Amino acid sequence: MKDFARLFTKLDQTTRTSEKTSALTEFFKRAPEADRLWAVALFSGRRPKRAVTTTLLREWAAERAGIPLWLFEESYPIVGDLAETIALILPPAAAPEERDLSAWIGVVRGLAGIEPEARKAAVLDAWDHLDPTERFLFNKLITGGFRIGISRKLMTRALAEATGVDEPAMALRLMGSWQPEDTTWDQLTAEEDAREDESRPYPFCLASPLEAEAASLGNPGDWLAEWKWDGIRGQLILRGGVHHLWSRGEELITDRFPEFARTPDFLPPGTVLDGEILAWKDGAPLPFAQLQPRIGRKSVPKKLLTEAPVRMLAYDLLEHEGEDIRALPLSERRARLDAMLSGLPGDAAVMASPLLTEDAWGALAARRESARSHRSEGLMLKHRDSAYQGGRRRGDWWKWKLDPLSVDAVMIYAQQGHGRRANLFTDFTFAVKDGNGLVPFTKAYSGLTDAEFDEITRWVKRNTQQRFGPVRQVTPELVFEIAFEGIQASPRHKSGIALRFPRMARWRRDKPVDEIDTLEGLQALLVAYG
Amino acid sequence: MADPVLSFTERGIYCPAADIYIDPWRPVPRALITHAHSDHARPGHGSYLATPLTAAMIRHRLGVEVQELPFGEGLRIGGATISFHPAGHVPGSAQVRVEVGGEVWVVSGDYKLEPDGLCEPFEPVRCHAFITECTFGLPVFRWQPQPEVAAEINAWWRANREAGRASLLGAYSLGKAQRLISMLDPEIGPILTHGAVEGSNAVLRAAGAFHCETIPVTPEFDRKAYPAPMVIAPPSAFGTSWARKFGPAQTGFASGWMRLRGVRRRRGVQRGFVISDHADWPALLRAIKDTGAEKIYPTHGYVDIFAQYLRSEGYDATPVPTEFGGDEDSGEQSGDAA
Repeated sequence: MKDFARLFTKLDQTTRTSEKTSALTEFFKRAPEADRLWAVALFSGRRPKRAVTTTLLREWAAERAGIPLWLFEESYPIVGDLAETIALILPPAAAPEERDLSAWIGVVRGLAGIEPEARKAAVLDAWDHLDPTERFLFNKLITGGFRIGISRKLMTRALAEATGVDEPAMALRLMGSWQPEDTTWDQLTAEEDAREDESRPYPFCLASPLEAEAASLGNPGDWLAEWKWDGIRGQLILRGGVHHLWSRGEELITDRFPEFARTPDFLPPGTVLDGEILAWKDGAPLPFAQLQPRIGRKSVPKKLLTEAPVRMLAYDLLEHEGEDIRALPLSERRARLDAMLSGLPGDAAVMASPLLTEDAWGALAARRESARSHRSEGLMLKHRDSAYQGGRRRGDWWKWKLDPLSVDAVMIYAQQGHGRRANLFTDFTFAVKDGNGLVPFTKAYSGLTDAEFDEITRWVKRNTQQRFGPVRQVTPELVFEIAFEGIQASPRHKSGIALRFPRMARWRRDKPVDEIDTLEGLQALLVAYG
Repeated sequence: MADPVLSFTERGIYCPAADIYIDPWRPVPRALITHAHSDHARPGHGSYLATPLTAAMIRHRLGVEVQELPFGEGLRIGGATISFHPAGHVPGSAQVRVEVGGEVWVVSGDYKLEPDGLCEPFEPVRCHAFITECTFGLPVFRWQPQPEVAAEINAWWRANREAGRASLLGAYSLGKAQRLISMLDPEIGPILTHGAVEGSNAVLRAAGAFHCETIPVTPEFDRKAYPAPMVIAPPSAFGTSWARKFGPAQTGFASGWMRLRGVRRRRGVQRGFVISDHADWPALLRAIKDTGAEKIYPTHGYVDIFAQYLRSEGYDATPVPTEFGGDEDSGEQSGDAA
């Protein structure tokens, strides 16, 4: 575990990509095979199944540290991370002991199969053998979430350097449903890809936001335009007579969307589609808010299936008749996609996302302006000759989004952030005017600089009117422009509305509270765009 | 009923029997100063009373006259007997013992229990009431023994040196800087100091309280003469043209706050060393117990949480608001010697 802790510390303490890559490469070359494999797994979001609740972990840690639970709970928001709070609060290890990362993972995996009392004993015993950094990592193994700024690309590069497999091939191997329990290092990295994984998706090709004028892209005829849908990006995989659905976050979500169960009946095996999953009814998309309840649910009640049926609007074909066709030009892939999907029945749950054909940028810009009425966020522009590249390569795929909607609102509650933002007030609730009063309508966390958060943190401390646990009610004085992508009616909220992707576009120091927007104003936006 | 021995006023801690303030933050006629850090020793008072070493530092920093009172000597002022006792925070730093009519109160100032080889070691003082700092008054703050941190710092320096990089180590210029310098292995390479640090070095050397050799960075400094050095400077000097003249470098910061990953990342330093001149959680509890006091007044730090915990342990504990924003994390922002 010491080597892994050292690797973690190095990765955590540098922002330089080159240093991160070399630290990873070094680890992949030197660490025991099982540890390498687990490191790859952990950094790509795979982890042992959680066997202990965080509530129990808190209780055990407080007990072991000899402090009351409330004191643990007070310390947690100041540290900003549960695994770290536990690691720091425990007394120094009584019996430090070096074991491999994989051995400790063995301990974590063993927790599920033993009696609750034995579980507690095993965790306390582990804490007693580890130093604070190792403890932190051990706790993360239980609670999940290694968010340490290792992009997939960076890890792929380090693995490629350590093993000699080239980067795109390595990227492909890291995809899919492999688990470290049933894979070996050689299977993952050997020159010949020996694993049979019928469900494996391809690395998603990502677009960059278009900030320049569209005309700077040259001839509009070189570009294929589509609606930019506001749903879940996914890959639908048909191989060997069964289907698999992957989200862009590389989660296997097949069971959540039974609508696609029939696709093997009318799509040939050896097909991989890339597209957007939308809640869809009566020939048009439903608002994102109606798709949302479908995302988290592993089993779908009938009522929800009827209220919010989904379909995929496919915009790319990555595998055709069992062959990887990602290197073909987009125009060719698109032609094959359209041919494949053109004859499908209307209730097939898969259809081609329509191409928007215009011969001038002005006409495309006008289409973009009308995007909201199509429940779309704007346009996608993809070069007709582009290959389907893994990751984000600037230049071939652009998202040309509508300018966000915005309102001016006043901050009324503030709460401290977590992790890097612990001890800073970064999570705010905003209100608009409602008659003579104020009505809260959204929260927002992002959009300001660190310096602005610093300044607001000092302000919040001086202007706290009341505390509700971690939440502070502040003098309604600071005005912000809140930008958002969409607006929905929401009976769950006091204001009756819910926003999509709200963030702070600007701190309006120039604007007095009297001049902020009103609830009527928001309702008018709801009528226009909801 | 008689006045309490000490009271808490908007100018700071006040002793009515002696008509004198302790570490006041507004100008007062007469001030007792626990140590020379700028949030405790402020300009503008009518008179100053401090230990000899603190007095030397205050003269250097503020250019004012300071009356000296050596550790352990009682001084009768009005109806009170005042004495200074080592606090172990920085060289010369003191706790203040105030006795009025047989009742003893102690103001801790800032303190730590672990001897650092540089300051007069902390001395527990029996009292009825103890006014204690609690900058790190949460159970997540525990320090490693100094030799372990010294080994980490020297290893970092050695690795940087082998890679041809300077090591820029940020630290408060009085106390922490000299402590770090005394922990460095001079065999590894040259130790350079920023002007602010060297100013404190000189005062302490003159008083016989600091003996390490350092090389001050002067305007005509030739960087080629000292490749890949260790540079001790206030963190405010980082990112300036002054820091860039050392060429490729790694930055490190030494503070108790480096215990928290979130703070390390926010500070944006490449390496954090957890070392503090304040007491950690176990040391605070130990110090409080050793005073034998029943009344405890936590001040400066996580005062509400700390006081609540002390009450649950049976103490009569009352948090005392301070001028430093009065919030749980003021210490981190103020950049003091944490």
